[in-house]
Amino acid sequence: MYIIIVGGGSVGYYLCKALLREGHEVLVLDKDAKKCEAFEDELGSVCVRGDGCEVSTLTEAGTSRAEVFIAATNEDEDNLVACQVAKYKFGVPRTIARVNDPKNEEIFRKLGVDCPISVTNLILEHIEEKIPTHPLIRLLSMGEEKMEVVEVKILEGATCVGKSIKELSLPSDSILTLLIRNGEKPLVPTGDTVLRANDRIIALTTTESEEALRQELASS
Amino acid sequence: MNVVIMGCGRVGAQLASLLDAEGHKVTVLDIDSHSFRRLPGNFGGTALVGDGTDEEVLRRAGVGEADAFVAVTQGDNRNVMAAQIAKHIFNVPRVVCRIYDPLRKEIYEALGIEAFSPTTIFAQLLKDVLLTT
Repeated sequence: MYIIIVGGGSVGYYLCKALLREGHEVLVLDKDAKKCEAFEDELGSVCVRGDGCEVSTLTEAGTSRAEVFIAATNEDEDNLVACQVAKYKFGVPRTIARVNDPKNEEIFRKLGVDCPISVTNLILEHIEEKIPTHPLIRLLSMGEEKMEVVEVKILEGATCVGKSIKELSLPSDSILTLLIRNGEKPLVPTGDTVLRANDRIIALTTTESEEALRQELASS
Repeated sequence: MNVVIMGCGRVGAQLASLLDAEGHKVTVLDIDSHSFRRLPGNFGGTALVGDGTDEEVLRRAGVGEADAFVAVTQGDNRNVMAAQIAKHIFNVPRVVCRIYDPLRKEIYEALGIEAFSPTTIFAQLLKDVLLTT
């Protein structure tokens, strides 16, 4: 598979190395001649000097036959423009952008980048998953559908404890799909299921209603 | 009209001063407060320090209520990113930006961004001047 990486910093460098090892054809674009030389010395002729947002550089790089395009510089505006040019001018089917300011992850997605990745958000998600300080944890995001799978732990003293599900006013676009109760088989909750402390619920919800779901199940 | 201008260089400052003199509500954004020296002493608009590619900064600058947004910093990519945030996130009715690179300008025009390339305009002007005298 032909993969283009814009930006020969540490992210670009290790990506390039790993992708070459997996047998892909990789080309790195960087404005800095010194960086290109360093690539050349260590990995062979995999780096071309040039601006990865410029049409002429991308034409030379054969961008129209690339299957994946990764913008990995430390400037968000450059990563956005590089991906948009690759996608809209050269028709690259999969564009991936490194996002430095976490706020921009959602903005990039709205502006057409197929896969914006914020390292900060990844680390935060990891912390939330592994060190559950919050009763509601996001397990899986389905970006395009704006849906997510979440796990909610019912804490002692939560207002929903002792209530049946039909007594709760859950958002209409949230579905409680599974209930995990200590020492019992996982069960599919019905309207009559009564919630107890320490129950864990796996739910499917729209991103929009996540907060409402949290309010209903996790507030005390 | 309520206008937010990103970039207080020569063009941004001049535009801000013209619109202000005609009684429009103008907010100018720049990452460097030193740039505001270019605004005239009697400038009645607002000058704000901040990065216009930052959604929060744009919100604080009142882009959500603006009738128009103009991006005229030195960076093509910065202009294009801020213009798209103004247009697609804040739904500003009129968004205009400067893109020096003519090819990039074409791409963003095709994507619905109203863009001007000083490179093309000035080269054409110079050519016309040279050939008509």
